[in-house]
Amino acid sequence: MKWIINALKGFWGILKSPSKAAVGIVLFMGFAGGLMFWGAFNTGMEATNTEEFCSGCHAPIVAEIQETIHYANRSGVRAICSDCHVPHAWTDKIVRKVQASKELFAYFVTQTINTPEKFKERRAHLAEREWARMKKNDSLECRNCHNFEFMDFSEQSPRSVRQHSTALANGENTCVDCHKGIAHNLPDMHKVEGWQ
Amino acid sequence: MKKSILLTLSITLTLISGFTFSEEPATGLDRGIGGVESLRGDTELETTRPADPMKKVPRDQVDIESSYVFQPPLIPHHIRHYEVSLNANKCLSCHSWTKAKQMGATKISVTHFINRNDEVLADVSPRRYFCLQCHVTQADAKPLVGNSFERVKSLQ
Repeated sequence: MKWIINALKGFWGILKSPSKAAVGIVLFMGFAGGLMFWGAFNTGMEATNTEEFCSGCHAPIVAEIQETIHYANRSGVRAICSDCHVPHAWTDKIVRKVQASKELFAYFVTQTINTPEKFKERRAHLAEREWARMKKNDSLECRNCHNFEFMDFSEQSPRSVRQHSTALANGENTCVDCHKGIAHNLPDMHKVEGWQ
Repeated sequence: MKKSILLTLSITLTLISGFTFSEEPATGLDRGIGGVESLRGDTELETTRPADPMKKVPRDQVDIESSYVFQPPLIPHHIRHYEVSLNANKCLSCHSWTKAKQMGATKISVTHFINRNDEVLADVSPRRYFCLQCHVTQADAKPLVGNSFERVKSLQ
């Protein structure tokens, strides 16, 4: 017991006493350390934004997107999972990543979506959470690419203009209110507002 | 020894002559299609020819008129990734009776509420639920064979 206290005291002594190295070296080491930590942290976080990482747990969903317009289209622009499901701004992204740690718990410990059958059963819950999130942030991830201000109604079909120039323009509705399941199959929609 | 050399030689010769024969320009008869050209074009049965380019469905077109009485109306817009499944029916989110007026869409007809025993139901009959069984989009495709179909007088 005594030796632990002694060790701690010694360590505190090192922290308390001024370093014998020159100030420049200490500053440089702090700077380099900070740089390395920051780089590694962001690289790690970017790694959790790749399709491969997502499909590790959400495999059925990654297959579904492949026939939709956000994956296969004439101009070769592609939105991957993180473009829609992870906020782009840094602080928002951190918040979402911390929330996602609870989802890791659901996958690995309570095992709610680890088989296709369980996933199917859980789909409504997962979808509703995502719809609520996008409703709350005014479909921010859609708007990262689809800017309402830049929409040319004369290029849209009459059906689209009717919706976009009214409910979307006056802020009554947001993108996800109508555009559900644009990149995935839908859960049971019979109780969902606007569907049947 | 002599015999075996002769045998190998003759076999080789037969094989070579066989190959040269098959490399001759093939006529319709010995291409496995019996000299008949089908709608697939002049293609051997065994070979898979490249698929035709996909037909493009226009985003929006004017309503396509019916050609006969009780024809299921054709879909005048594109429907890419509109889900019609057990879980969801994207068509009905505009064409159902509750939504049609607000969306400026055509209502589904009352016949869709009748089941096969002629009983009128309160909602779309399951046998009429899968829209794309009868209603389809139209692309500008050239007919493969000519036909002289004409609309009935009453629809002309």
